[in-house]
Amino acid sequence: MSENVYIIGAGIHPFGRTDGRSGREQGVYAVREALADAGLEWPDIECAYGGSAAAGNADIMVNELGLTSLPFTNVANGCATGGSALAASQQAIASGMYDLALAVGFDKHPRGAFNAKPADYGLPEWYGQTGMMLTTQFFALKIQRYMQLHGISRTALGRVAEKAFRNGTLTPHAWRRSPVDLETIMNAPMINDPLTKYMFCSPAEGAVALILASEKKMKELGADGVKIRAVSVKTRPPNSFEVFQAGISIEEGGKPTVLASQAAFERAGIGPEDIGVAQLQDTESGAEIMHMAENGFCKDGDQEEWLANGWTEIGGKLPVNTDGGCLACGEPVGASGLRQVYENVTQLRGRAGERQVPEKNGRTPRFGYSHVYGAPGLSGVAILERE
Amino acid sequence: MGDKIDPNLWSDGAEPHLMGGRLPSGQIVFPMPQGDAAQGVEPYKLSRRGKLWSWTSQGFLPKEPYEGPGSGPGEGPPDFQPYLIGYVELPGEVIVESRIVDARLEDLHLGMDLEFCIVPFNAVHDTFAFRPVAAAESAEEFRAA
Repeated sequence: MSENVYIIGAGIHPFGRTDGRSGREQGVYAVREALADAGLEWPDIECAYGGSAAAGNADIMVNELGLTSLPFTNVANGCATGGSALAASQQAIASGMYDLALAVGFDKHPRGAFNAKPADYGLPEWYGQTGMMLTTQFFALKIQRYMQLHGISRTALGRVAEKAFRNGTLTPHAWRRSPVDLETIMNAPMINDPLTKYMFCSPAEGAVALILASEKKMKELGADGVKIRAVSVKTRPPNSFEVFQAGISIEEGGKPTVLASQAAFERAGIGPEDIGVAQLQDTESGAEIMHMAENGFCKDGDQEEWLANGWTEIGGKLPVNTDGGCLACGEPVGASGLRQVYENVTQLRGRAGERQVPEKNGRTPRFGYSHVYGAPGLSGVAILERE
Repeated sequence: MGDKIDPNLWSDGAEPHLMGGRLPSGQIVFPMPQGDAAQGVEPYKLSRRGKLWSWTSQGFLPKEPYEGPGSGPGEGPPDFQPYLIGYVELPGEVIVESRIVDARLEDLHLGMDLEFCIVPFNAVHDTFAFRPVAAAESAEEFRAA
């Protein structure tokens, strides 16, 4: 059994810092926004999946939303929490068991870089004690080698950040809403060479909720739905190079992003050339560059030309991170992957206002692509379609 | 000399080696697995020479569980000393993450020849690092002089 599944409601709590409102309260806010968008009431929802990395369990939200006795599964999957919640709710409907499901993610992190505990990742204590267990280092080490091998310049890194902040100025839910010029980005304090302060996203706060429906239910409600063509979540294959690795195999292995991307395209029956708007994990500028290639949108090294020509700008041939991505929105881990899907729903519905991807051949983009990556090496891809 | 940051991380003796493991498949891994995961894995002395695979700098004070300068009681960011981190490919074995010492950021390049060494880390502990082979040789010349 495999029913078509649609996103018929999308809600967001603005990202950034909201003093006086807990992460879960931001989650409740997003759920109410999504319900209002779908024209539904909380008791209509038949099952729910959600979570956060640092702001508590999602199922407690029933205290505020209503004790309707629905099954509510907590998802704790690091950076892929949102992607996994989406996959679980999509499967719940595709199986034919339910007609209306909720996927929700929220978070609220303290300021500064994440501090992971070695034991939580099966690593010896010395790895953290000696200052090697930082996510920022991994991204710097990965892009440093990539730049050497594929001729990517430091200016290209700066251009990604400049675009993110420019798009953020057009996005009501973004955290960073002021432009930052290329020179300021390039000359900012170095965090982990070659990445300066403005090239990294920051842990933040925010929440996103999506309401999924069967095709039958969507038609019955007369809802404004966007079809989920494919969802794919993949963990790392042998010999891969991921965040928090004290040792890497000398054999070059596969990449979870490549696996998730290929599986999603295969399931959707389309290719990278069909995508009209993409949200790619941009923990830092280099991640967006590498993920352009890992997701199949260009060859390794071609990003230099893409960025110099503005091909990933909102008016370009493949707009990437149209809401400013993690760089402008910050990264509340539990909500971040769902924000990308929220942005694609908004773009495909033609409701993105000033940041709307322009129409081609008389219509808004048909296919939207989102990609999230996180520790300890997993990727989630979702392809949406506006029929 | 301080205490080793981890008693099993490198071998003792005049020429210490970082300790990895050899899986039943023959693959070399680092670090040596612990607990049940160590079953069937033979401790393996890794090569002292390698080539730089990638690198970065650490420009801010890491949070816990970091125990280097700046992390102690009454210390803070002004006490932090930036450091270099890299991956070092030990030919035919494994690529290990390590501190890079006795080098400047601007001198680092892919394939650079590096050598294993033990360095002071904090008031109590030593840790391991790799340094440019040229720097290692010139230090020996200095001692010989």
